[in-house]
Amino acid sequence: MDITLDTIEDKIHSGQRLSKEDGLALYSSNDLARIGQLADSVRKKISGDYVYYNVNLHVNLTNICIGQCKFCAFGCKSSSDKAYELTKQSVLSRIAKAAEDPDMKNLHIVSGLHPDWPYEYYLDIIKTIKANFPLLHLKGFTGVEIMHFVKISGKSIETVLRELIAAGLEAMPGGGAEILDDSIRQILCPNKATSTEWLEVARTAHRLGITTNASMLYGHIETKEQRINHLLTLRALQDETGGLQTFICFPFQPKNTALEDSITRTSVWDDLKTMAISRLMLDNIHNIKAYWVMLTLPVAMLALGFGANDIDGTVGGEKIMHAAGVSSQKALSKNILIDAIREAGRIPAECDCNSKIIRTF
Amino acid sequence: MDELTRARQKACAGSRLSFDEALLLYRKASLLELGQWARAAKERHSGKNVYYNINRHINLSNTCTALCPLCAFSAKQGDTRGYILSPEKVAEMISRAMQETPGLTEIHIVSSLCPDTNFSYYTDILHTVRKLLPHVHIQAFTPAEIIYFTKISGLSIKEVLQHLKDAGLSSLPGGGAEILDDSVRQIICPDKASSAEWIETMKTAHSMGIPTNSSILYGHIETTEQRLAHLFKLRAIQDETGGFGAFVSFPFYPQNTKLAELYTIKPLTAWENLKFIALSRLVLDNIDHIKAFWIMLSEEIAQLSLAFGADDLDGTVGEEKIIHAAGAKSGSIMTRKKLNDMIVQAGYIPAERDSLYNIIKQAVPS
Repeated sequence: MDITLDTIEDKIHSGQRLSKEDGLALYSSNDLARIGQLADSVRKKISGDYVYYNVNLHVNLTNICIGQCKFCAFGCKSSSDKAYELTKQSVLSRIAKAAEDPDMKNLHIVSGLHPDWPYEYYLDIIKTIKANFPLLHLKGFTGVEIMHFVKISGKSIETVLRELIAAGLEAMPGGGAEILDDSIRQILCPNKATSTEWLEVARTAHRLGITTNASMLYGHIETKEQRINHLLTLRALQDETGGLQTFICFPFQPKNTALEDSITRTSVWDDLKTMAISRLMLDNIHNIKAYWVMLTLPVAMLALGFGANDIDGTVGGEKIMHAAGVSSQKALSKNILIDAIREAGRIPAECDCNSKIIRTF
Repeated sequence: MDELTRARQKACAGSRLSFDEALLLYRKASLLELGQWARAAKERHSGKNVYYNINRHINLSNTCTALCPLCAFSAKQGDTRGYILSPEKVAEMISRAMQETPGLTEIHIVSSLCPDTNFSYYTDILHTVRKLLPHVHIQAFTPAEIIYFTKISGLSIKEVLQHLKDAGLSSLPGGGAEILDDSVRQIICPDKASSAEWIETMKTAHSMGIPTNSSILYGHIETTEQRLAHLFKLRAIQDETGGFGAFVSFPFYPQNTKLAELYTIKPLTAWENLKFIALSRLVLDNIDHIKAFWIMLSEEIAQLSLAFGADDLDGTVGEEKIIHAAGAKSGSIMTRKKLNDMIVQAGYIPAERDSLYNIIKQAVPS
């Protein structure tokens, strides 16, 4: 039987899982509002009418990185003019300043793979932050950074994670997944964690009781089929562990990257379609995030109608995406996020880094 | 069957909506429902085509007798920002446009109600353009300007239009409609054409075989009911004359306007803009084309509007000054390639059109 939006809708309504072929059929349809509405109906069933956001600070410890991934505009060599390293003191003072806002509850710590910093430095940073700001929730280190720690420390993934958790780490962001297909990673990011390694880190974290997010970087050299495979890989992991909390799709921002001349940013049409398809394929992940930093706020708000139930946060201090020339603002006030969520007809829910609701508006 | 269900069914089937039904859908239907119905309506009117045209905007002057609180473009007489283009300067701009813009099919002229001109200035401008570009379509002068010309010339609407037509005018743009409700106009634009005058100008133009567009400026002080009533007024005119080629909705940009100093105006969101585009497509069942003006909406939202009933991305516009004065962030030049890409990505067929929606060039569907 031919796959159509009707057959897909029937499957969704009868609670059947969508197949790879269904995912590809969704991509080949341009009935965007209908795809969005299907995703919206699934969103309502899985996560209700709350839209999560958090008041947070991004801390990017350094941009010096041995990864040199082609899609990155943030990482650089230590000899670069734009190279920086935050000292422990400057990390603490940044946090102290952000924490003057009593609503600021969450730190998001993601950094370059520094060639010289020892593993103990990161442990120490986490311990120090936790000691100084015991009430802040710490989400930090992508699977890629964890693999870097494994390499520089000689310890196992499990030991590294156990030590970081003991030091105060509560959750892990979803970055570094890119496309979980080594034929792509070989071309775009050969110097960092492989697909298997990324998955193994997530699996281990889940086993040790901390949740992680998962992401997809799309709109570069990957095919639609590789995108769908990526989603199915994450769905299989989630079937196994249940530890993936939020999925985020990142449209690749070519500006200032090595791919700038050969790739133009994908369309917002693709962004919303991908948002909806992610919601439909990832039937076992609770949250789908519309990351306004990459989408811009108007589009992130629209994404709330296309399956998303999380709009990320106020993101004070974000540097990585802004290095790639995103046109969104550097940070948003909480009230702007609340207004956007309300205008989309939904309930704003302020949450911590584990999507635990602190309060609603 | 309750009223909402009936309204939903009618919207889905493409039946004509009443005011109450439209209002109900505006309040209760979801954005994506409206989008799906509007997209189906778009495909009934224009199939898989999405239109654009290659045009050039010229704003002759900004010194204005009206000084509408809604406007960020106009300048008072004597203001150092004030300018008026001489026919020689316009000729120079047209010559440049001819070189820079292969395939130029339309010159689009909209200006202030300039106190320092007499009516012959405008016919001179038309003669100048017409002489340089004998075959190009000249879309010029909103009804607000036409009414102003009647005042400075002492001629009737019909006489003014006849003079302009004789000098080379092809059609009128849809601007100056704002909200066709004088209680709103008293506040947002007290010194320009009234609702009745705007309507009378359009009807006269249509009766003389001069096609026009239609528009709305929304998202300022008007109520939802006034916004919708405006659409129904346009629909009634169209039933009578059939002279509107397209409808375009202009979201109000508050920045730099007097209105924003006097009233607290929350800028429209993309959500609201797409919803309104969808609703206009559903209500205006007798107007063939719904334009998404990328300059106002941004390229991204203009592309998304193709899922919400729009079938026209307007054109490649050079030197648009009025909307950018109010802080629109889009670039002022769009390329043919970019427009084609935007349309193809949405699964539609790019159709380069002239001002009357005749197709000039069409991509072959793959």
